[in-house]
Amino acid sequence: MEKILSVTGLRKDFGGAAAVDGISFEVAPGEIVGLLGPNGAGKTTTISMILGVLEPGAGEILIPDRERMNFAAVYAPLPGNLTVTENLRIFGLIYGVHDLAARVAALLEQFDLGKYRDTKAGLLSSGEQTRLGLAKAMLNEPRLLLLDEPTASLDPSVSREIRARIKDFVARGASGVLWTSHNMNEVEEVCDRVLFLSRGKILLEGNPRTLPEQHGKKTLEDLFVAVAREPLSL
Amino acid sequence: MNFTRLYAVALRQFYLMRGSLSRVLPLFAWVTVDMALWGFLTRYLNTVAAAGFSFVATILGAVLLWDFFMRVMQGVTMAFFEDVWARNFLNFFASPLTLWEYLGGLVVSSVATSALGLAAMLLLACFGFGLSFAAYGALMAPYLAVLFIFGIALGIMASALVLRLGPASEWLVWPIPALIAPFAGVFYPVSTLPPWMRLVSRLLPPAYVFESMRAIAAGLRPSSSSPVLTAGLLALAYLAAACRIFELTYRHATRTGLIARYSAESVG
Repeated sequence: MEKILSVTGLRKDFGGAAAVDGISFEVAPGEIVGLLGPNGAGKTTTISMILGVLEPGAGEILIPDRERMNFAAVYAPLPGNLTVTENLRIFGLIYGVHDLAARVAALLEQFDLGKYRDTKAGLLSSGEQTRLGLAKAMLNEPRLLLLDEPTASLDPSVSREIRARIKDFVARGASGVLWTSHNMNEVEEVCDRVLFLSRGKILLEGNPRTLPEQHGKKTLEDLFVAVAREPLSL
Repeated sequence: MNFTRLYAVALRQFYLMRGSLSRVLPLFAWVTVDMALWGFLTRYLNTVAAAGFSFVATILGAVLLWDFFMRVMQGVTMAFFEDVWARNFLNFFASPLTLWEYLGGLVVSSVATSALGLAAMLLLACFGFGLSFAAYGALMAPYLAVLFIFGIALGIMASALVLRLGPASEWLVWPIPALIAPFAGVFYPVSTLPPWMRLVSRLLPPAYVFESMRAIAAGLRPSSSSPVLTAGLLALAYLAAACRIFELTYRHATRTGLIARYSAESVG
């Protein structure tokens, strides 16, 4: 089956230090891959390179359907001086969404943003802004969806709803997700496979439900802490 | 080039204008104040100066065209600044939007805003102070075209400067027209300038426009179309250079990660 994303030997240096150090991985259709690691491990740098806003120092990124890629990240809020509907319209046009009015209406409903349709995005709470970012990310029904801590500002109830929605979307089989999170319970729930990144390298890869036991740890969080503190011991 | 995406960039500016009096008012306010100020001044000068020389045609006409040029340049830079202030580069450039579609959207926004300013100035200058462009005839179109292209070019170059140096360098952009004005001979013949300044003038498309305008206002027939043609070619060269500079600046920004984390704090 053709991969949605293939990364080979990806590398990026900043000031002589490697932020991402020759990593390779793939995302298949119908798969949610977790990109885990401590702060500064290279997760956001990797995502920036996949998005095309950061030029790789070396390596190759293959995305067969680049036009059908989208993303949501807490550090990329939509323009606060446009309303919710205006933002979705603008980005819908940019992403070439067909029957845009109907798609915007459906997303407003799905992400519970209907009552804020004419509210400036900058006036929304952080959780509402996150939902708006996710609605924008789903505009073009992406084949490759990059989510950088997508539920960081959401309460547990909304987080669960969002996770369920994204899992349903991926379960249709045409799309794949690369998901970063520091919430290990969330990762266990949604990810089919995880990549542990530390100091720019992939240290571990596997099923988040079986990986801790394979490395003598009780939980994924214990494994995460071990990777963050003593990457060389693994 | 996908025109729907270009339209989306311009539509964003329309949405911003639609909901904001503080964005719409400056499109008319300053040019109206300028026209009124120079209109009364030229009317007064006409009463005290020798008969036969029209300050309205020479000075007020020049002010109108210069203000148009500034509006065009600021139309591009203001639209660009909206994305700087909203930290919108990551959303835009991580999408299928290309650099050229983005710049095209900024230019379309500038066409709309500068046309509104031009219309306001023409109304006031023609009906308030009796300025007539009949003497310039068909030459008005190339005059406006040259100033428009040069304004777009400077707007793109100024945007590249801010992209490279960061939002704090915005203040460097505003004085650019004022720095060019003395060399462009907006209010006086280029021959008034010392030789080294005249050399600079020869490189500036507006200088040819204003020289040609003054000649016609003084009742001289233009000897040939070559000055306006030269100005047009120069303006196109500036536009090509501006696009290339913006492209190189953008590439630098993607190489260093500037686009991904563009903010006042992250740029030197």
